[in-house]
Amino acid sequence: MSDQTIDSTFSTGSATRVVHHDTRVTNFGDRLFYRVTQTFALIVILLAFLLVFDLFRGAWEAIQTFGLKFLVGTTWDPVKREFSTLPTVIGTLVKAFIALLLAVPISIGSAVFISFYIPKWLRPIISYPIELLAGVPSIVFGLWGLFVMVPVIRAVQIWLKANFGWFFLFDGPAVYGVGVLSGSVILAIMIIPIITAVSRDILLTVPRPQIEGMLALGATKWESIWQVALPYARVGLFGAVILGLGRAIGETMAVTMVGGNSFDLIHSLFDPVHSMASQIASEFTEATYSLYVSSLIYVGLVLFGITIIISLCAQYLIWRLSKGHVAVFE
Amino acid sequence: MVTQHSTAERRHYQFRRATERLAGAGMVLCTAVTVFFLFMILGYVIYNGASAIDWNFLTGLPLPPGESGGGIANALVGSVLVVACAVLFAMPIGLGAAIFVNEFPSARLGRTVRFMAEVLTGVPSIVVGLFAYALVVRPMGSFSGLSGSIAYAFIMVPIILITSHEAFRLVPPSLREASLALGVPKWRTILGVVLPVSRTALLTGAVLAFSRALGEAAPMLFTAFGNPFWNLNLGKPIATVPMLIYTYATGPYDDWHQKAWAASFVLMMVVLVTSVMTRAFLRGKSHE
Repeated sequence: MSDQTIDSTFSTGSATRVVHHDTRVTNFGDRLFYRVTQTFALIVILLAFLLVFDLFRGAWEAIQTFGLKFLVGTTWDPVKREFSTLPTVIGTLVKAFIALLLAVPISIGSAVFISFYIPKWLRPIISYPIELLAGVPSIVFGLWGLFVMVPVIRAVQIWLKANFGWFFLFDGPAVYGVGVLSGSVILAIMIIPIITAVSRDILLTVPRPQIEGMLALGATKWESIWQVALPYARVGLFGAVILGLGRAIGETMAVTMVGGNSFDLIHSLFDPVHSMASQIASEFTEATYSLYVSSLIYVGLVLFGITIIISLCAQYLIWRLSKGHVAVFE
Repeated sequence: MVTQHSTAERRHYQFRRATERLAGAGMVLCTAVTVFFLFMILGYVIYNGASAIDWNFLTGLPLPPGESGGGIANALVGSVLVVACAVLFAMPIGLGAAIFVNEFPSARLGRTVRFMAEVLTGVPSIVVGLFAYALVVRPMGSFSGLSGSIAYAFIMVPIILITSHEAFRLVPPSLREASLALGVPKWRTILGVVLPVSRTALLTGAVLAFSRALGEAAPMLFTAFGNPFWNLNLGKPIATVPMLIYTYATGPYDDWHQKAWAASFVLMMVVLVTSVMTRAFLRGKSHE
């Protein structure tokens, strides 16, 4: 049913209602139903715009006061009423990228194993728990990170500093335990199951005959994966990685608990530093005046902007792949 | 088949075999690391959590800080209340929009809505909290369970929309056509044929959204906020389980830490059960 026919039946108005009574009644039901569901669909779009509008409105005072200097300054001082967010933006991005560095090889490796190598009996035992891990609430990761992982990382950091302290990345306050390294590792653990699950789905779309053809020509299994399956799926895999990046940047609770809460620029792997999300989480209820609150919402707006750009990229890549995939099979 | 190979050929062959072995071993290692962390986390939560759970933990109220004993009943009930209320908001919107997107193919609106939903799933939960704060808490002047529900609903809508849309897509067109051919109006075809046929998948989506929201702490920080007392009034601050884990885990008392593990155990169990249920539903569906 197109919009046009509905509008035209509407415009004929009540005069014809008496004449074609029966069809009127059914049409009325359909029309009403169409309008109702259309309203819900419009609400979804409205919600998206409301989100953006609300964030801008909340951040307006800070935007007016600091403008774009907010993004490049390094001071976060509630006492002097001076706010800017560069150190936390850098902290967020550094943590997210280190997490990707750790997570991507492991996830793609796992995904390839699950898609192509795994013996059939082992598949449910390995594959299903990974999906389960993707559903674990981030607060549970945070709790585990704080009480189990941070002590281990602290020991590693102290050892690294004692033996390799001359290297600038290891020349930081090792004894805290919480910091860039802890934050990155917990993020990596959290995004591994997501990247693995999406990559596996994408790898399973690689047409089997292509791999089998490669095998029939005498290639080893690894060669057929490396030269056929991975190139075929690379766009989608890149999308999966970007999806993981988006998650890592927006992640809040776990990073709040193990990432350290400092506003200073980082100089080493061991420095504690806020992420944008953790900064909002830990300061918001303590913000005592409106410019403070507004600045935190401004941070939220920046975070939102970054994740939206990343999410759009991921959508585009996965969409492009699924298009190609449909074309292959039709 | 056996032929004479030159040394170079043989060496090349051995190299390829070694690569194959190495790659296989690497992938096994990767998978082992993934699974290792999984079982580490599950194991710790079960080990530390299960031992701290007793009847009093599930039915008691929190005691003043520093005193051991007491429970998290208020947070359990609060979480269920806030999330259930969010489902009430999100279900009609998500389901209605999904019906529109799938059953009334329109040139642009349908695709735009679906696209928006996919983008909205990527919005960080802390930003959703800010949104609910600016939308509800600031005008109302206080933290409230209701604002928490709205934040959760915002997280749920795209999940419900996408899963429902996928469910409707799987309904064979012949069923719709059969119904329409019998003279049944389109809206009754949708309500009487399409919805019942896809009900398990719809339910699965709703359960998925429910369990996803149940574990989210970030949007509750400045909406539902938390409350050490018994409260069923959605107009007031209300305790939720993930918020309670955050407060207890970052607090200074050992007893609190134990309770945080126990509460995590409860959350994990809910996630586990819903996930197993979802799988069972989907499997049952594919066998039909």
